[in-house]
Amino acid sequence: MNVIASHVTSYKTLGYVLILLLVFTTITINVTSYNLKAWNVAIALAIAGIKGYFVLTYFMHLKYENRIIRAFVLVVFSLFIAIFAITFIDYLYR
Amino acid sequence: MEEKSLHHEEPRDDFGAKMGMWLFIFTELLLFAGLFLVYSVYRFQYPTFFHQAALELNVTIGSLNTVVLLISSMTVAMSLTAMQKNNRKLALTLLFITVLCALIFLFNKYIEWGTKFEEGLYPGSPLMLKLERGHLLFFSLYFFMTGLHALHIIIGMVILLIAWFKIKKGTVNTGKYMLLENGALYWHLVDLIWIFLFPLFYLIT
Repeated sequence: MNVIASHVTSYKTLGYVLILLLVFTTITINVTSYNLKAWNVAIALAIAGIKGYFVLTYFMHLKYENRIIRAFVLVVFSLFIAIFAITFIDYLYR
Repeated sequence: MEEKSLHHEEPRDDFGAKMGMWLFIFTELLLFAGLFLVYSVYRFQYPTFFHQAALELNVTIGSLNTVVLLISSMTVAMSLTAMQKNNRKLALTLLFITVLCALIFLFNKYIEWGTKFEEGLYPGSPLMLKLERGHLLFFSLYFFMTGLHALHIIIGMVILLIAWFKIKKGTVNTGKYMLLENGALYWHLVDLIWIFLFPLFYLIT
């Protein structure tokens, strides 16, 4: 028997996170309508990253989650970055 | 053997359940990461084709679906909060709204894909096969990735519906809500993937 009581995130916090996510969505839609060349991709991905961070931290309760799970998430995302970096180093300097 | 308790306890491991869900989420993330890697490599090889092809997608429907998914992500998180606070009725209502959002998302996807199909653009169609390689790759990836994502929406919706009925029945309750929590985690995963799919397919033109 291993019963745990998860952290209770308040309605208010969740509401604020949604507002923030919607603001970022508006920004990303508007910014990408300008032609900033390669910066468009960088900005869009940076904003997506920020949005993802908020979803993981607040909606998925990682902020109050067990340290093992948090560490796992960190490792998985570091793995993604490593795979993308290695692939593109290969493509750019081949 | 000494009998410790006369109560019959249902075997239960909340932490194990949550850890299992996270491990499953990692496999899902890796699945999509592989596809994003394919997308970025081809985008790098065919930049102009990807730019042109992305203009063909409907940004309005894409944006609308983003908003719908973000709202549904909040309502499912709130539903869990309501369950934790022993507000069963609110939990059910919020979960219902989440499922409704899922249906709206799928309806929009149906409209969006339907328009493309009418134009003769669908995997394996004669028009699709005549496209240039860069355009073909973009639309193939678009149909495959958004299709796989839509499949996840359907699965998530079914899981949340099961949670809804179990809350109604009382088998998921304030003392035991792991199914709702894991279902919500799955739903957030679907949202998380869309957060990256949306700008990459619809916005970067």
